[in-house]
Order: sequence, then structure tokens, then C-alpha cells
Amino acid sequence: MEGRNLASINYNILDKSQQKLTIAGRLDMENISSLWPEIFKLIKKNKPKVLLLDASGVDYCDGAGIGLFLKLKEKQKENKGSLQIENLKPEFNQLMELFEPGQLSKPEQIPSFFKRVPEQIGKSLTISMREVYSQISFVGEVFVKFLYTLFHLGSLRWKDTFLIAEKSGANAVGITALLGFLIGVILAFQSAISMRKFGAEIYVADLVAIVLFRELGPLLTAFVLAARTGSAFAAEIGTMKINEEVDALTTMGLEPVRFLVIPRMLAAVVITPLLTMFNNLFGILGCILVMITMGFAPITLINEIQHATNLTDLFGGLAKTFVFGYLIAGIGCLCGLQTGKGASAVGDSATRAVVSSIIAIVVADGIFAVIYYFLGI
Amino acid sequence: MDDNAKSIIKVENITIAYDDFVVLKDINFEVKQGEIFVILGGSGCGKSTLLKSMISLIKPVTGKVLIDGKDIVTAQGNELRDILSGIGVMYQNSALFGSMNIIENICLVLEEFTNLPKDAMELIANMRLKVVGLEGAGYKMPSELSGGMKKRAAIARAMALDPKIIFLDEPGAGLDPITSAQLDELIRKLSRSLNITFVIVTHELDSIFAIADRVIMLDKETKSIIATGNPNELRDKSTNPWVKQFFNRQAVEK
Repeated sequence: MEGRNLASINYNILDKSQQKLTIAGRLDMENISSLWPEIFKLIKKNKPKVLLLDASGVDYCDGAGIGLFLKLKEKQKENKGSLQIENLKPEFNQLMELFEPGQLSKPEQIPSFFKRVPEQIGKSLTISMREVYSQISFVGEVFVKFLYTLFHLGSLRWKDTFLIAEKSGANAVGITALLGFLIGVILAFQSAISMRKFGAEIYVADLVAIVLFRELGPLLTAFVLAARTGSAFAAEIGTMKINEEVDALTTMGLEPVRFLVIPRMLAAVVITPLLTMFNNLFGILGCILVMITMGFAPITLINEIQHATNLTDLFGGLAKTFVFGYLIAGIGCLCGLQTGKGASAVGDSATRAVVSSIIAIVVADGIFAVIYYFLGI
Repeated sequence: MDDNAKSIIKVENITIAYDDFVVLKDINFEVKQGEIFVILGGSGCGKSTLLKSMISLIKPVTGKVLIDGKDIVTAQGNELRDILSGIGVMYQNSALFGSMNIIENICLVLEEFTNLPKDAMELIANMRLKVVGLEGAGYKMPSELSGGMKKRAAIARAMALDPKIIFLDEPGAGLDPITSAQLDELIRKLSRSLNITFVIVTHELDSIFAIADRVIMLDKETKSIIATGNPNELRDKSTNPWVKQFFNRQAVEK
């Protein structure tokens, strides 16, 4: 078959200084891959002063073939020898001239460990400090504009705010309720096993209600919102940034913070407590359902829950959710506005928004725990 | 364009840098009222950066950009808002707000800067659309428009507040030659009939020869302006080899 022509080499040592390499056949990428190591092994072993390359038998030569010739030339130069290519067909000679790369680009020199490490620490520190600076100034700017909006409700873009509240709140009711219900069921089943040992199964209702109202309800809802809404805010604003829409807002005299961040923030601050109440309600329902299967009457359970919890538990939990909502929206929007360039930037922003929000929520929850402890709530 | 027209933009000693990397050094030029002024140069020479510094998106390290006598570099708050309300910007990829239809895109800026009733704003938006040849497309979403239509819609949005100056960043980018020529025609029409000043960043020679009253040419190596003048004159009379090559569409060896 014509296409399967192979290439061959022949290596002769003519005298002390001259050696001859004869290459014949088809010098294409496929053939070169097997010849390349063989040829350079011979060169390394014999170290010719003058290498005569007889290419009269070469009937086809592509980029890889030319690459071989150029590499041989470079190798000979390195070994302080020379290369004479003989009888190469003119059309391949032309290719040689065309492809001669001249000075090869070299990868950047990696500085020594002792220079590299302090440099990188310095760079990372500068970047982190800049980020902290931008975050602090962002928080300040947003807070001032948020307060301004609260006192000048006419300046708020109500239509956008309601739309965002619907998307991140009303549309999240299902998932929040389902999650609350399942957590109620799981908590009831898990705690029932231990409580049964003491004959105190009725207190499962107390436990679930207190845990949900004070901790799990607000936390779970905040996590759902961080994953669902925080990432959406970051991706949406990030895409607007990449499409120059944020620049367009700026040059139209509409501050991006007032136009994009405040409606999202207000929507999140309003919907987080509402969703938490849904989460709590369905959690209690899940718990009651499990307890009914254990033989308790619903009215007994409701009385038990009313007796075990008070409004401080409920509002103590709900108070946290305002802060969680503020954090989720703030971090989501900030990550969106900080979106860089390139295809992966929006994805990175969304990921950063979720991770940072979750960390911020847990830290804030910890601070609340300490405050509540000292306040005796 | 009136040769004795007053300068509406004055760029004085602008130096722009990203961290330690200087992009442009000591740039000075003036744009006259009603002029179609083109900033041109090879890729990566800082054309768009210069444009962004003129519309307050990038803060130059030194220098002033006087828009109708007010420095946009140092302006803040209401002063900046005032300056921005007098200019319109069309971005390279139109930057229409994807969640709003075209009328809403145009009305957005009217809502912010005026107390006009809704029907008046919609009428004005439709008037702008008529001027750019997009009548009837007002209730379409940006995603439903072709590239050329998006650019026209973006020009209509930029014209919302009757600005004296419109900045265009690569208006012909991504358009076929016919659509690009139609856009040039529109720019020329708006300039002549409404006396709007256009500052355009482009490197498309056809557009430059078709519409530009005056150009400045930026150079990547010297980071400065290497030519100023009418494009036809520069092509015929410039002694700078790089300018000659650029205007004569020759491959450049630098």
C-alpha cells in the first residue's frame, strides 16, 4: 500500500571525524516517532565531528521530518560539530527555510527556592490584604447605601426587589419545606432511640422543636439559600460583569451597588426569616408525624412543644437569619462584582460565593451562640 | 463639521498603568464639538483603555479628562452623575441588559435621571429606536436581536438622554461588512443631523475612511500618540513608516 511507506536509516562511520547518516523513505510524523530516539541515541554514542546527512532517498517530508533535521543541526551545534545535509530535494529545502524557528522560546526560569518562597508569600499577602481592603470598603459602602435605602424607600427598585424575592424566596419554599420535614423526621427517629431507654419518648418533641427553632432551622435555611441564591447572585452579576453590563450601568450613572446589590440584599434579608419559619413548621410536622406512629396523640405533642419552647427560642433563631441573609446576599454580590475575565471566572465566583457564605454563616452563628449565652437567651 | 467648533473633550497628560505596567504615557489631545473622532492603533496598544479612562471606568495615574470643562477623573457623586448624564457609551458587545426588553433598556436611564411619566419615556425610547432603524423591535429581548441590531439598540440606549458625546468601543467588531457599513452610515447621520460628537475606538480601516473626521494613532512601543489628523491626509502624507503601513494595509515588520 502506497500510504504505508516506511522510513529507514543507515549509519556509517567513514573516518575519525566524518560519519554518515542516510535517511530514506517517508519522513512523516508516524515514522519519525520511531526513528527519532534511535537517531539521537546513535548521535549521542558516536559524537560525530562532521555529520553528513544523505537525504537523497527521502521521498516525503512533513513538519516532523523538518523538525528532525533542525534538531540534528542544533544537536551538532551543541556538540561543537557540524551537519551537512546532502541531496535533500529542493521542495524540502524550502520547507527547512520556512520552518527554521530561530531562537526557540524558552520557559521562564524558575527562581531558586529561597527567592521564590518569600516572593510568593509577599505576593499572596498583598493580594489577601487588597481583598480584605476591597471587602471592608464594599461592606461599608453597602451598609451605608442599605441604610439610605431603608430611609428612602422610593429610591429602591421595587420591581427588581420583588422579582428577586420571588425567585430566591417563593421558588425555594418547596425545597426548604422538604428539607425541614426530612430533618424533623430524622431528628425524631434518631433521638427516639436514646429517649426510649429512659421512657422519655415524649421529650423527643421538645428536643426537635428547640433544636429546630434555635439552631437547625436558621442554619439549614441559610445553607440552602447560600447554595441556591448566593451562587445565583454571584453567577448573574459575574456574567453581567463579563458582558460589560456592570460598566454600562456605571457609565449610565447608575451605581452598581444601588442597582444590583441593594435589591438583592433587601430581598434576601426579608426572605431568609420567612423561609426559616417554613423550615421550622415542616420540621415540627415531620417530628409530629413520626411521634404519631409511635402512638402519641397530636394534641399532646402540640401541648408539649408549646410548653417546651417560648417566643425567645423562635425569635432568637429568627434574629440570626437577618444576618445570614445579609451575609449570603452581600458575599454573593461581592463575588459577582469581583469576577475576573475568562470562561471559568463565573464558575469560580459562584463557588467562592457558596464556600465563603457557608463559612461566614457558621462563624456568625458561633458569635450568636456566645452572645446568647451571655445574654441568657 | 465646523472647523472652528469648540473643544468638547480635552485629554491632558494622561498616563495609565496597571500596577507597574504602563499602558499609555503622557497622552494629550482634544476633540471638537460635532466631530467623529477615532482612536486607532494595533491590537494591545491601549485604545480601549484610553476610552475607559475617558468614561471614568479606569482611573489614570496622572492627568485630566475634561468633558465639557469638567474633569471626569476627579469628579465624584452628583458631579460625576452630571457628567455621565451628558455622555452615552456603546460597548463592544453592546452590553444590553439581558433581563430587560429594548424599551426597558432605554427607559432605565430615563427613569434614573428624569421624572417623566411612563408613556413619555416609552415614546422617547421609540423615537430613539426609529432614529437607529429599529422601529417595532422595542419589545424584543436582546437575545432575540442579531449582532447588528444589538449595536443599534445600544446606540439608541446611549442616546436616551440626548447626550452631546457618544463613545463607541469597536462598533464594527463581529459584524459583516455590510452591517458594519450601515452602522457607519448611522453614525455619520447622527453626527451630521444632531451634532453629536463621536469618539470611536476601532482598527477597521474601511470604517475609519468612511466616517472619521480626525484620528489619533496610538503606538504600543512608545505608549504614546504617533499621529494625529485626517485619515486620508495621514495615508498620503505621513512620513512615519508604521502609520503609512497601517493606512496602506501592509503587513508590518516592527
